[in-house]
Amino acid sequence: MNSKKLSVAVILGIALVAFLVGIYLYQNRVQNAQEQQAAQHADRLVRMHSPVLGPQNAPVTIVEFFDPACETCRAFYPIVKNLMKQYPTEVRLVLRYAPFHSGSDQVVKLLEAAKKQDKYWEVLEMVLAAQPMWADHGNPNVELAYKAAEHAGLDLKLALTDASSPAIEAVLQQDVQDLTALNVTMTPTFFVNGRPLPSFGEEQLAQLVAQEVAKNKP
Amino acid sequence: MNRPWTLLLLTWVISVVATASALFIGEVMGMTPCVLCWYQRIAMFPLVAILGIACYSEDRRGAVYALPLALAGIALAGYHTLLIAGFIPKAWIPCSAGVSCADQQLAILNGIQIPWLSLAAFFCIAGLLIIYLRKTSK
Repeated sequence: MNSKKLSVAVILGIALVAFLVGIYLYQNRVQNAQEQQAAQHADRLVRMHSPVLGPQNAPVTIVEFFDPACETCRAFYPIVKNLMKQYPTEVRLVLRYAPFHSGSDQVVKLLEAAKKQDKYWEVLEMVLAAQPMWADHGNPNVELAYKAAEHAGLDLKLALTDASSPAIEAVLQQDVQDLTALNVTMTPTFFVNGRPLPSFGEEQLAQLVAQEVAKNKP
Repeated sequence: MNRPWTLLLLTWVISVVATASALFIGEVMGMTPCVLCWYQRIAMFPLVAILGIACYSEDRRGAVYALPLALAGIALAGYHTLLIAGFIPKAWIPCSAGVSCADQQLAILNGIQIPWLSLAAFFCIAGLLIIYLRKTSK
């Protein structure tokens, strides 16, 4: 290898390392910023109206901002459920809404209405299962989501009346305000006891939950 | 190291820095590229491979193949720069759907516009390539 070939190889290596270091530094900065933001607005993470799964007094709280039309949220639902199975007494899940896709707000309102009929989780699972049918991002078909909810045993007529109530509109508004304050721009966004993920991923979530569980062991 | 080859190496380094920056801004910082940005990327990304191989194997023809891409890049980045500067009426923007090319947040590092950087990079690459080709022509 002559000196020219060597210089090309060395420069390529330097560029690659600089790129990776840049990614690491940038993600660190973003995580710190989000952590501070979450600490400043801790009261915005959980609201009275937010649906909760798992023991009320669990030491570890996973807050998930999710969008019923988001594929990754659908993929993460069983992952989060598995985590809860793994720590049945230590972890609870709080769901928040981030209706970023068109049509999502209507589905969110339906979910909230389902809560009144005590069918929240059944309807949520049915709507997520049917997501590929109704949640085409260019052309969502909310009617199909409603159908799926009906299959879960929801009284659709009653639910749709409830869904247009100002109380449910207020819930949605509150969640949108909170996600703006917390700088949530992607779904799903997780906070585990107020701490954001270092970078997005299944493993990172599992690790953060494990850390928090270990921290709160008596 | 002879001097003309250093010029070629410099063009390659510029393309590497530009490509890495574009990927960083797009993929790591999450800024979605608009249509015009994509066209500039199409002109810039291949330069990393073409000029890289040209430097590695000391092949003068690499510069010949790279030059049209660099010139196309100047045209596209020039158009984009005029667009954000407001010299071209917005009605002419070819990318109304998706991310807007003129209204997008394009400023990084205290107001340096990304299209300026793109234009500067293409200018340097094209200029250096022309000098290199002149110096090495027999």
